Amino acid sequence: MQKNLTSWGLTGQKSTDVRLIKWRTDKLPEIKDGRSLLPYGNGRSYGDSCLNKDGVSLDTRSLNHLISFDPKTHILRSEPGVLLADLLKNFVHKGWFLPVTPGTKYITVGGAIANDVHGKNHHRRGSFGNHVIRLALLRSNGKTVICSRTQHSDLFFATIGGLGLTGLIVWADIMLMPIDAPCLNVETMKFETLDDFFELSKQSEWEYEYTVAWLDCASKDLSGRGIFMRANHCTRLQDSNNDQISKSKKLPFNLPSFIVNNFTSKIFNAVYYNAHPPGVLEQTLCYEKFFYPLDKLKNWNRLYGKKGLFQYQCVVPVEQGKKTIETLLEEVLKSGFASPLAVLKVFGEIKSKGLMSFPRHGVTLAMDFPNSGTALLRLFDRLDSIVANAGGAVYPAKDARMSAEHFREFFPQVDKFKHYVDPAFSSTFWQRVMG
Amino acid sequence: MKKILIIGASSAIAQATARLYCKEGVHFYLIGRNEEKLEIVKDDLITRGAEQVDLDATNPVSLEENESQIKRARQSLGEIDLALIAHGDLPDQKECEASARKTIKALTINSVSVISLATLIAHHLEEQNKGTLVVLSSVAGDRGRASNYVYGAAKSSVSTFLEGLSYRLNGTGVSVITVKPGFVDTPMTEEFEKGWLWTQPETIALGIKKAIEKQKSVVYLPWFWRWIMRVIKIIPRTIFKRLSL
Ligand SMILES: Cc1cc2nc3c(=O)[nH]c(=O)nc-3n(C[C@H](O)[C@H](O)[C@H](O)COP(=O)(O)OP(=O)(O)OC[C@H]3O[C@@H](n4cnc5c(N)ncnc54)[C@H](O)[C@@H]3O)c2cc1C
Ligand SMILES: NC(=O)c1ccc[n+]([C@@H]2O[C@H](COP(=O)([O-])OP(=O)(O)OC[C@H]3O[C@@H](n4cnc5c(N)ncnc54)[C@H](OP(=O)(O)O)[C@@H]3O)[C@@H](O)[C@H]2O)c1
Repeated sequence: MQKNLTSWGLTGQKSTDVRLIKWRTDKLPEIKDGRSLLPYGNGRSYGDSCLNKDGVSLDTRSLNHLISFDPKTHILRSEPGVLLADLLKNFVHKGWFLPVTPGTKYITVGGAIANDVHGKNHHRRGSFGNHVIRLALLRSNGKTVICSRTQHSDLFFATIGGLGLTGLIVWADIMLMPIDAPCLNVETMKFETLDDFFELSKQSEWEYEYTVAWLDCASKDLSGRGIFMRANHCTRLQDSNNDQISKSKKLPFNLPSFIVNNFTSKIFNAVYYNAHPPGVLEQTLCYEKFFYPLDKLKNWNRLYGKKGLFQYQCVVPVEQGKKTIETLLEEVLKSGFASPLAVLKVFGEIKSKGLMSFPRHGVTLAMDFPNSGTALLRLFDRLDSIVANAGGAVYPAKDARMSAEHFREFFPQVDKFKHYVDPAFSSTFWQRVMG
Repeated sequence: MKKILIIGASSAIAQATARLYCKEGVHFYLIGRNEEKLEIVKDDLITRGAEQVDLDATNPVSLEENESQIKRARQSLGEIDLALIAHGDLPDQKECEASARKTIKALTINSVSVISLATLIAHHLEEQNKGTLVVLSSVAGDRGRASNYVYGAAKSSVSTFLEGLSYRLNGTGVSVITVKPGFVDTPMTEEFEKGWLWTQPETIALGIKKAIEKQKSVVYLPWFWRWIMRVIKIIPRTIFKRLSL
């Protein structure tokens, strides 16, 4: 079937030869001319890791069946094309939640596994792959391999964060998380410096399930100011005070004066509220508002116009974390490019299961930029060098441009990983970074 | 307990519709020709909250089986609150033009078997004096087109049959709903290039549920197809034949 599949960045790359996998019992299509295969979830990756421009994309949309759920073990067996949004619709009201969720619910279970996605609770629960118990992988030799931590474990660990290259996941067992109520107690507060951000992260680590910060990347000096958020699921008792009840509380440390400028308030208008009062703002928010504010506006990526956007997301080790983030921000400042949206979070110590997983103990910084051509790409290369020197990594799910050299520096384990790549599978990303 | 009969239960539109009814107490009876697919649909509906799902892996297009199929469904469900007939297939128009046998086959799949099953279900609903029969027809039945008139004729006969049936059952507790979807992105239309007029099966399913709640007799889905078809229907033949639709 001829179709244009794109990725979230809309920078012009696409897959055009698409085959629909209709049922999980189907075979992989036979491609006579030796072109490669790559599963496509919902295209919420920003760059080219979900695309296969010279090969064939396997559309997994019809693999959207749930298979079983056992409330005793918390294990859900699901096909890979099921959207997280669909899971939430079915399970939240029954008292279950995703153990890990990214900033959009419009991704598939397959995509969540293949990029080993992370959420605001990385410090408590690791990444998505930490909650995958078992999966069935259809390989191009026609065999379905059921793998887990104890069964074909090498293939299991290669598939988590495996960028869709190890075969087609046809079902997976995921452990859901029980919750008392579908809302969260959320606290937000401003911080003025990166030191304050790290301090807040540390203080909040134990008592809060979710932490994240929005960095004011548009401020003139990029001083590292921003807004910190932390939250816990409500307990049933609190359930009655629904949305948007707010009061101010004293800050855990002294805040220098910080005025939300037009730019940040523009963001936060769109995200949650008009202006942030001084002190701690406490709110009870429904989970949709807390986790998926951007989903309100479907296809907001189109706001970036015809040329699309890039997201740059890296993680750098905690030691020297502040220094590295400062260096990165200085580099951005020097370049003159401003990111309309930047996010900062400390990843905890829980090890990711995937051989190629991106999340690791450290600080992650994610910045969106409108596509403005080669000067921006040159900035990204400079940022890559800083990240590589610090011993960090750039997130393939968000990437459309990193060099083969940098990729190897970020993921030296690739030499082991490539033995598990299915010989019939590849992607635009893989061709690019493996040359 | 809500009792729902679905024929052609592996259809993408039927599945999306069934999911909207999954909750405690709902009992499904699924008919379709492929047991493996029905099992997948069953597990899905159960995991989404259906109380009971019974399978009948027989072919709805085998006319001689229709009577026993509906009989078994009645026995299993007792009363039928909702029956959905969804099976259908887009035939290769060119092949049909070349072969009367293929044309008859396409008509059997899309029309004769549907009318046969609708007749049998209507008896049962009439006896109960309640229940809703929903059938997936198509906008393609609203006008004959050079590129697709065999499928169009089948759907047109289904729509006409259902219109008459609904008049016959007027005043009883039974309602008959003709669903006319436009272009829907499902396995049936896999080969088509999808443009802006295309809709996902989930959207069609929501429209079907709403039509059932409002007891509409004919529903175009999405709604704008009513207006598109209105325009298409008034185009004079002399012009229509030059449009190569
Ligand atoms: C607004 C927004 C916010 C985001 N926030 C976060 C975040 O907080 N944290 C985070 O980690 N990511 C985040 N992301 C990125 C996103 O979660 C990942 O890129 C995710 O993998 C996308 O999933 P998808 O279903 O769209 O899959 P795609 O993007 O289509 O594919 C992703 C990968 O999965 C593979 N794949 C898909 N299905 C299968 C299968 N059945 N078998 C094997 N491989 C398969 C593909 O080959 C590809 O390599 C965000 C993206 C957006 C647009
Ligand atoms: N998709 C559209 O654009 C569109 C538009 C208007 C109307 N419709 C109508 O909507 C209904 C559902 O279609 P869909 O879009 O959901 O397509 P679909 O997912 O491809 O489903 C088609 C269904 O029909 C069954 N079927 C096909 N050929 C058959 C045969 N020869 N014998 C027995 N069963 C057969 C299939 O069974 P198996 O799974 O066993 O093959 C399946 O259950 C059809 O009546 C179709 O005409 C669709």
